[in-house]
Amino acid sequence: MDDRRFGAQVVEAPDDVRVRMHGDLDSRADESLSTAYEAVKALGQDRMTLDFNEVGYINSTGIALVVRLLAEARRDGRGVRAIGLTPHYREIFRITRLSDFMDIIEGDAA
Amino acid sequence: MTALSRPIRRLLGRNDAALDSAPASGSEPEPIVPEASADLELSASIAVEIPESDPLLAYLQSAPGPVDVARLELDSPAVQGLRDAGVALVVPLVSQGELIGTLNLGPRLSEQEYSTDDRRLLTTLAAQAAPAIRVAQLVREQANEAAERERLAQELRVATLIQQQFLPRHLPQLPQWQVAAYYGPARAVGGDFYDFVEMPDGRIGIAVGDVTDKGVPAALVMARTHSVLRAEASRSTSPGEILSRANDLLEPEMPAKMFVTCLFAILDPTTGHIVIANAGHNLPFVRSGDEVAEIRATGMPLGLMPGIRYEETEGVIGPDSNVLLYSDGLIEAHDDNREMFGFDRLREAMRIDDAGSELLDRLLETLNAFTGTDREQEDDITLVTLRRSAGVAEHEAAGSTALTAFSLPGIQGNEREAMDRVAAALADLGLPEDRLERLKTAVSEAAMNAIEYGSQGNEEVPFEVDVTVTPTDVVVRVTDRAMSGAVPKDPETPDIERKLVGEQKPRGWGLFLIEHMVDAMDVSADEEAGTQTVTLRLAREETNDG
Repeated sequence: MDDRRFGAQVVEAPDDVRVRMHGDLDSRADESLSTAYEAVKALGQDRMTLDFNEVGYINSTGIALVVRLLAEARRDGRGVRAIGLTPHYREIFRITRLSDFMDIIEGDAA
Repeated sequence: MTALSRPIRRLLGRNDAALDSAPASGSEPEPIVPEASADLELSASIAVEIPESDPLLAYLQSAPGPVDVARLELDSPAVQGLRDAGVALVVPLVSQGELIGTLNLGPRLSEQEYSTDDRRLLTTLAAQAAPAIRVAQLVREQANEAAERERLAQELRVATLIQQQFLPRHLPQLPQWQVAAYYGPARAVGGDFYDFVEMPDGRIGIAVGDVTDKGVPAALVMARTHSVLRAEASRSTSPGEILSRANDLLEPEMPAKMFVTCLFAILDPTTGHIVIANAGHNLPFVRSGDEVAEIRATGMPLGLMPGIRYEETEGVIGPDSNVLLYSDGLIEAHDDNREMFGFDRLREAMRIDDAGSELLDRLLETLNAFTGTDREQEDDITLVTLRRSAGVAEHEAAGSTALTAFSLPGIQGNEREAMDRVAAALADLGLPEDRLERLKTAVSEAAMNAIEYGSQGNEEVPFEVDVTVTPTDVVVRVTDRAMSGAVPKDPETPDIERKLVGEQKPRGWGLFLIEHMVDAMDVSADEEAGTQTVTLRLAREETNDG
């Protein structure tokens, strides 16, 4: 379904860059997410916010994409935080210990 | 054999002569001289038939040299034929003791008899020509045989191709049932077929059939019958009605002297209830304990006459029991003494309780031991067996309810479809939201494993999901084809710190997530299938993970 197709929009804010994602975060999100991070790097901010408000489904491949993104950001000296995760996916970020390496903000407040 | 019918040609000096070749072992005679060219004058063209029983053949075989037809004293129609054709002298052409042709000469134009020198020359000529002619004959025969073999091989390839197109690519995955099938074509490829059909009411239809005749004609009728049965099975849930309608459609178009035997069974996998109708096919055997019994149902084969009604017989395949459907290639196989394998041997071989493919392996081993492995298979052999495991009874006793079972193509993205369908099936169960989300993630990950390891992303290789609820648990089984082996039971534990520094690949979270999402998980596999079972307790439990 179209509303499940992953997409990512990069929006610049005064003190960070927000990656607004929508759709299913699975293996098909690979290219969009890579492109989005290239845009983040081009903007040069040292903080990135991953916005999961419009993401309804994340599977283990999606988790792997987030891990890759986080690794790149850390190499680039860029801080990462996540907003808009449902309680279930916050739980998964906790179990996988992703939450140890990024700030998990409850709700959608930036 | 043995029709010597060649024109007499002027070959030697001014003599009329003809070369005829005796056919070798049943083949048609080969012309030895080229077809008439401009400088070869045809003086006559008379057929000289020499039947195999004619004493002339034996006479010429042992004659030391040219034979005067006029002096032959044989009670032989062929001799008379030679005389009528104006043949004066017959020179036998013998190669390696075998008469391979004759050189037929008319009278000398000088009206003198053939001289001793003539005869010596002809004898020498015959002795030198015969081996060369024989070689030419053999080359021609081999070319003809090769062409015929190629034609038969091509027909065989076409028939096999048609046959294979219509055999099921996958067996149905039925919870608590072991399904196995075998199709072994004879060299000439008969018209056996089997099929599994998902019925509109959720039961499973099983067809086993046999078209009379072999090769392409049988394969085409098989293909048509297969299609008709499938179409009718989508319109009716009565096996008798399905066969009756199929018969009415097939009868007008059935080639002469052909018909189709077919057994159609409909099985309810949740109860083991089976209904069969039979169009002249072998009766299925049901084994329960060490008792083996037939399910009897009779009816006329498909395609013989219209308006046939087929009776239905019902039964129940109990826990630890199985049913076998088969074609007559099994029971009509012969040993070296021309004794048939027969029903009694089959019945005896079925007494042992073997699951699925093991039963088929044992049946085929028993058959091979009977016929001898060197013996060419006479007819197609088709075997289909369904065994109900004891687990059904255990679950029934425990009040187990099957909520849903479905199959999906093994392509990425369908893990989400599997997850949503399981969630829909559990909608009325009232699971707490967080528990349901955990199960959904576990199902999605198990389905991803099935797609990756079981189907290797091949759309043609599906995976199956079934959901059962007991008074205490929700049990979801994801079964795949284990194309690249089993899902690894103990993969490397994912470590986020190592992943972030590149010491581990970013992936590898699947089984880790399943284990942390549900209360129990199990991975098992054999050569044919891999199964991941995830269990979620219905009562809320505090877990280490949250």
